Amino acid sequence: MSRVLVVAEHADGRVNVSTARTLACAKALELETDVVVFADDGSAVAAEVAKLMGVKRVLRVDAPHNAHAIAAVLAPQLAAMAPEYSHLLAPATTFGRDLMPRVAALLGVPQVTDLMEVVDARTFKRPVFAGNVIMTVRVPDGIPVVATVRGASWPAVEAGDTEAPVEPFTVDADIPAHTRYEGLKGGTGAKLDLQSATRVVAGGRGVGSKENFALIEKFAERLGAAVGASRAAVDAGYVANDCQVGQTGKIIAPDLYVAIGISGAIQHLTGIKDARTIVAINKDGDAPIFEVADIGLVGDLFKVLPELEAALDAEK
Amino acid sequence: MKILVTIKRVIDYTVRVQLKRDLSGVVTDGVKMGINPFDEIALEEALRIRERGDASEVVAVSLGGTEVQQQLRTALAMGADRAILVEAGELQPLEVAHALKALVAREEPGLVLMGKQAIDDDMAQTGPMLAALLDWPQATFASKFEFAGGKATAVREVDGGLETLGVDLPAIVTTDLRLNQPRFVKMPDIMKARNKPLETVPLASLKPPELPRLEVKGYEAPPQRAGGGKRVADAAELVRELRARGAL
Repeated sequence: MSRVLVVAEHADGRVNVSTARTLACAKALELETDVVVFADDGSAVAAEVAKLMGVKRVLRVDAPHNAHAIAAVLAPQLAAMAPEYSHLLAPATTFGRDLMPRVAALLGVPQVTDLMEVVDARTFKRPVFAGNVIMTVRVPDGIPVVATVRGASWPAVEAGDTEAPVEPFTVDADIPAHTRYEGLKGGTGAKLDLQSATRVVAGGRGVGSKENFALIEKFAERLGAAVGASRAAVDAGYVANDCQVGQTGKIIAPDLYVAIGISGAIQHLTGIKDARTIVAINKDGDAPIFEVADIGLVGDLFKVLPELEAALDAEK
Repeated sequence: MKILVTIKRVIDYTVRVQLKRDLSGVVTDGVKMGINPFDEIALEEALRIRERGDASEVVAVSLGGTEVQQQLRTALAMGADRAILVEAGELQPLEVAHALKALVAREEPGLVLMGKQAIDDDMAQTGPMLAALLDWPQATFASKFEFAGGKATAVREVDGGLETLGVDLPAIVTTDLRLNQPRFVKMPDIMKARNKPLETVPLASLKPPELPRLEVKGYEAPPQRAGGGKRVADAAELVRELRARGAL
């Protein structure tokens, strides 16, 4: 039996774009694909997933203990579903990276992290060393492929013409009581999701303060862009952690990335190298960010930003 | 309570990693090595817990060849009470998790602190795998960790913001960058660390099971960005350039 099971990531009754990106990877495997939705009431998410291209069935596992995505709670359920599938895929977001190693260990199999390219149904490419090296790995025959999918490598599938059936599904698994969800503090309360935004404006240490970071946010709004940040800016408290872009933050692939006051440590560059156009604005002309930038402007951001807004207004 | 902290020897984070010419791996000869930065944060957290009187002992554990003693000596110099080196060849996360499970059975720690990922293979698997094998709670990507009376609270850095998770102890906690700022090692501590116990345990003595492995087919350089790196003189030219490229 060669079939794929994708674990849907969702929040507040909406499916996360990472799910649609993971479905693109499933499509590359050219295998029948089911999607499982773990929730307390997964009706809205399941209905949304059912419209996505390439989905054969949506399995709704509704239960009070599935109200929040707790790896220790979801893993035994997913492991119980595994015998029906050759591939188990989840997004390589904090959701999937928390969950899938736990599932793999329960199944006694190795796991593939950050799947970026399908070579064949068992052979995959993935980045190592902050994306400075690409490694090809093969999952041995006779065991399920358990993988997280690197979103920036896969454009999200769109809604298709048909709608997949949604089926209620019951899983027989022991649910541990040792882990409890106690709340989520939405960082920026960002208007635009960093991982699905087509434009991102990001600030770094050079921005200098939390107050100054408002300039970055204002410019992002002007461009209709999501707000990103380097590790340095988050560490300094200019902006919340969910804005961090890089090896240990979010890996993004927008059409346009504008790096402002970001020097460009390799750990940051790994998070943006799939962007279509990278613009760097930095007063240090030797900053490494200029090595990867498509367009570079050497200058003081406090002078450049108002000029940019004026230029955008003038050429409208 | 005893705390187990896992340490991985990796290429130093400041090194620009080079592929070997025959593409069989990355160059490690003559390259600066160090403790995986996330593991340093895990160790620092363990030390702080001990220093405030909530733990009695901090044990640093690593797996690998004799060269890993260097990193364990550094961990001892930072303040770990003793160290264990599981002598092994190159292991994959599931194998490491099984070896650690056997060590946990022997050491009976009340808490295992680990880095959220190693900066070499970037897999981020060993923590959750160990938690699964032990059927313990896991709090991954922790940026804050507190506990009292057998229950702990971790704040996790997740894509949607900061999640708070309550876990019973014992538990596996994997550390994110902002949990703490690891201390610098002082010269006298390096001298003192020479006399601290560093036990060597052969992997076979932990009786690891036979496990499936990922087959590594090869390494290659990532596609390079064409970039072009066109420099523009001012904001107006930048906007013109972006419009010309259809980026606005």
